[in-house]
Amino acid sequence: MTASAARRVIMDHDDVRRALARLAHDIDDRLRAMQRGPLALDPDALAVVGVRTGGAFLAQRLAAGLGDLRGTTPAVGLLDITLYRDDVLSGGAMPLLKGTEIPFDIEGRPIVLVDDVLFTGRTVRAALEALLDLGRPSCVLLAVLVDRGLRELPIAPDFVGRVLETSRDERVRVHLVEAGATADSVEVTVARERRQR
Amino acid sequence: MSGGRLSVPHLLGIEGLTRDDALLILDTARSFREVNSRQLKKVPALRGRLVALLFFENSTRTRLSFELAAKRLSADTLSFSASGSSVSKGETLLDTARNIEAMGPDLVVVRHEASGAPWMLSRVMGGAIANAGDGQHEHPTQALLDAFTLLQRFGRTPSQGLEGKTVCIVGDISRSRVARSNMLLLPLLGAKVRVVGPPTMLPAGVREVYGVDVFDHVDDAFFSGDAVDAVMMLRIQKERAARAVMGSDHDYAAAYGLHRERFEQLRARRDDVVVMHPGPINRGVEIDAAVADSDASVILDQTENGVAVRMAVLYLLALGLARPGLAEGE
Repeated sequence: MTASAARRVIMDHDDVRRALARLAHDIDDRLRAMQRGPLALDPDALAVVGVRTGGAFLAQRLAAGLGDLRGTTPAVGLLDITLYRDDVLSGGAMPLLKGTEIPFDIEGRPIVLVDDVLFTGRTVRAALEALLDLGRPSCVLLAVLVDRGLRELPIAPDFVGRVLETSRDERVRVHLVEAGATADSVEVTVARERRQR
Repeated sequence: MSGGRLSVPHLLGIEGLTRDDALLILDTARSFREVNSRQLKKVPALRGRLVALLFFENSTRTRLSFELAAKRLSADTLSFSASGSSVSKGETLLDTARNIEAMGPDLVVVRHEASGAPWMLSRVMGGAIANAGDGQHEHPTQALLDAFTLLQRFGRTPSQGLEGKTVCIVGDISRSRVARSNMLLLPLLGAKVRVVGPPTMLPAGVREVYGVDVFDHVDDAFFSGDAVDAVMMLRIQKERAARAVMGSDHDYAAAYGLHRERFEQLRARRDDVVVMHPGPINRGVEIDAAVADSDASVILDQTENGVAVRMAVLYLLALGLARPGLAEGE
């Protein structure tokens, strides 16, 4: 029950910036390869969709980075997956709705789904279901800033900023300046032991 | 805002809700309105949950609205209406409730001609109760959808509220559960409320209890003081009010109805005045047909928003059934 003060900064401001720049490059490379491939993607239809709340600002940054690389900035959408979570009625998830804001038709578009931390894979499962209820994208690629392992579902990311070895009682937090942090960072803290009820 | 949960386990009325509760319902309804604008208007939030719709009193639009709300949340529904059921065979409310309870509903939506029936059911049933209108007491989801529609029309968010807006409720104030719920909710959101109706339809002490301004004459209510931003015309409930109380339809229309001339005068004072009606309307009695169909009328928006508001209520009540805080979301 006691809180531990153990807190490690895994990525500092520059690390986060560099990781995002590399993610944008990797995504761009993949899209170029796919354009030549059998899917024949329309690269101008690319959209970046962030999972609320952690993926929202990252999606905007990645879209800006992709815009610099490709000349055209992809459309950005925000996905609220609360209503699709498997733990919202069992009290596991924060139930407050923030709303889905995807002001474009996702039909036929290549979509890059963005989240901050990939953990059990349940969020991504919910995000895919929420996204596919809105239409039929030509493909969905998953980009995450941190992959901390410990998957509970068969979900694998396409683009990863940093792979971390973590344990279940640790918590990975991404702080971004857009969300009020003084500088970007990723830190790992030891979570309080889960209270038994 | 209390982590996105209501402070109450049931929605028995607006009475008992905090301002935060009301804002949470209205904010949540905004998200559901987005869901309702999609091609696929369905989310899996209440998959596998059972919503029982117990309508002991006739109602079509409220029942349809709740039923659609439940279906769009992927819940299963169980529909019970008084006519043709065991109620007409003499079964008591309590026995009916116990039988429905045996089917294990998670959420119970109740409409009943007796004030307090939802409260009584909340004592004997395990699920969360939503009051869909009880006697002359309350009709909380109607007031919530009215407030939602006003906010939408005024281009405001729920937290911006209805500050500085004046809403005038016209009709049978004493028998109307819609009026009562609105007299509780609209001031909670910052609106000034005026009520007006025949003296026989104005309950004693309404000014003191609800803090609303009371008028005997509709023209005084409409055309004195600050311009009225919205008028809410209540249905003259021919099935409830005795003829002796309300007089003829023609007399009522002349004295209290929103006829064309009155509407034009309202418009002259506020060109974007909003006309509301909880429905079903008696054209030519409490509201002129052309006024009901004019662009000032939000009657159909009210119906549309009703589904989103009821989705929000069902979702938030279902959350209340969960044991909160097992783990914070990662």
